[in-house]
Amino acid sequence: MTNALEIEGLVKTYGDGFEALKGIDLHVAEGDFFALLGPNGAGKSTTLGIVCSLVNKSAGKVRVFGSDIDTHLSDAKLNLGVVPQEFNFNQFEKVFDIVTTQAGYYGIPLKKASESAEKYLRQLGLWDKRNTPAMMLSGGMKRRLMIARALVHEPKLLILDEPTAGVDIELRRSMWTFLEEMNRRGTTIILTTHYLEEAEALCRNIAIIDHGRILRNTSKRELLQQLSSETFVLDTAEPLDKAPVLDGFFSHLDDEGAMVVDVQKGQSLNGMFIQLEKLGIRVVSMRTKANRLEELFIRMVEDNNTSAASRGDAA
Amino acid sequence: MRTDAMLTAYKTIVTREIRRFTRIWPQTLLPPAVTMTLYFIIFGNLIGSRIGVMDGFDYMSFIVPGLIMMAVITSSYSNVVSSFFSMKFQRSIEELLVSPVPNWIILAGYVTGGMSRGLGIGLIVTLLSLGFTDLSIHHLPMVILTVFLTSALFSLGGFINAMLATKFDDISIVPTFILTPLTYLGGVFYSIDMLPGFWQGVSMINPILYMVNAFRYGILGVSDVNPYIALAMIVVFITILSAVSLRMLARGKGIRH
Ligand SMILES: Nc1ncnc2c1ncn2[C@@H]1O[C@H](COP(=O)(O)OP(=O)(O)OP(=O)(O)O)[C@@H](O)[C@H]1O
Ligand SMILES: [Mg+2]
Repeated sequence: MTNALEIEGLVKTYGDGFEALKGIDLHVAEGDFFALLGPNGAGKSTTLGIVCSLVNKSAGKVRVFGSDIDTHLSDAKLNLGVVPQEFNFNQFEKVFDIVTTQAGYYGIPLKKASESAEKYLRQLGLWDKRNTPAMMLSGGMKRRLMIARALVHEPKLLILDEPTAGVDIELRRSMWTFLEEMNRRGTTIILTTHYLEEAEALCRNIAIIDHGRILRNTSKRELLQQLSSETFVLDTAEPLDKAPVLDGFFSHLDDEGAMVVDVQKGQSLNGMFIQLEKLGIRVVSMRTKANRLEELFIRMVEDNNTSAASRGDAA
Repeated sequence: MRTDAMLTAYKTIVTREIRRFTRIWPQTLLPPAVTMTLYFIIFGNLIGSRIGVMDGFDYMSFIVPGLIMMAVITSSYSNVVSSFFSMKFQRSIEELLVSPVPNWIILAGYVTGGMSRGLGIGLIVTLLSLGFTDLSIHHLPMVILTVFLTSALFSLGGFINAMLATKFDDISIVPTFILTPLTYLGGVFYSIDMLPGFWQGVSMINPILYMVNAFRYGILGVSDVNPYIALAMIVVFITILSAVSLRMLARGKGIRH
């Protein structure tokens, strides 16, 4: 099976001498839904920028569906759609023009470009705004405009750099559904996000990058299995004034007064409920604490900072 | 990219450019029309009637070709410099960078955009001048060739300026401090025969003088310089500036980090 993206030994030193990428290797299989995660300044946008020809690399190889960007750039570009982190359309142009113009740059004649633009503007709920100048769109609409623009030439690989930044929850859910559907129909998707529940909900494989190095590159399942414990939030019928003492479980109260219990892997929940029953505590609802990934992520990045500091190259 | 795809991309860039300057016509089309009408009234009618004959033509007829060229030069240059710089500034240049359009198509598209505005303005100014003087054309191919090539040359100049510019101030320096003085001193308002020998010599190193004179030759049949040498010179300049532009695009300085 071909890889949608292959990155080998990618190095980027910016003009001011700053080394943003220190040799990155990354493989994304065709059909994958892939998340590139990392704190601010980790090098995510730099990596994606190089793949999309917005940033010149200093060393290394990049191949998009087998086309090397040094030798077959035009083929690589035809397979790529890009949603950048920052708004980068002409604010004075109309929504429809922005999308059809982009199609024209890919060599798609106006008639076909208009059909494709209509299809994606409708799917993304922007059709009513087609004659509105871009600057009069809301932030969430601008993000969707960039998605429509990225898809107008039907790329096989879609790259999204923080597509849901500043997007409200409802819209974010509908964008998730949209992206999942795109992926189901065969588009390979790579995204970066700071909302880890987004990566947890959408992606199959994950790479974590920090200070220009890949810390982990693995499947989400494997990553989550690393968690040795799981945290549950329990809402009780009567408010508690202090966390109950449970044999074998650690519990505390969160800011809203809900009971939070850590459960070790393999430990049975029955024991906890029997104890709660005895204490006369009635549990009305229970959920796992979201952002399990977040905990792992924070732990990894912290570990990396510690070891980077001991190597003496912390940024 | 396939040839038909490249043609589509080229047409897309040109359409976008034309859409831009027609959308903001009060900034792009109106001002030169107003300025040139004022020139015609003040220099042509009011002052010109006292100046009398220059190179065998009444003063109004003498300055019309130069004024048309002046409008073409400024409009071509400023169209490309403002459009491309604002693309850089708003980062919508990235729409082109991620797409497979080859650099020479990008350049050709912008130059054509600049020429569309430059030649459009040239046409408007020519039509306006007909309200003040009768234009008879001495040598049509020379007129067309000169105005097209000059427009292309200054569109290229605007492109290079935009590539080098890092802030909005940078896009007005060249038009104000280089283009305008060279045009005024380029024989728009006088024949260099009137100048003392030394200043005639100095004028001869001003490239705009050649373009204005070649164009005036096409319309009136008089020129201070050989119009064919002028044409050859414009072609040489176009070749050099195209090469410089393409090299800048390939290196991506200022547009790619
Ligand atoms: N044009 C530039 N010149 C110099 N340094 C840069 C430039 N662009 C980015 N950097 C630096 O490179 C590093 C990586 O930046 P990058 O934008 O790739 O981070 P990121 O992972 O996308 O962060 P964020 O989550 O904040 O978007 C940062 O330290 C940043 O300051
Ligand atoms: Mg970023």
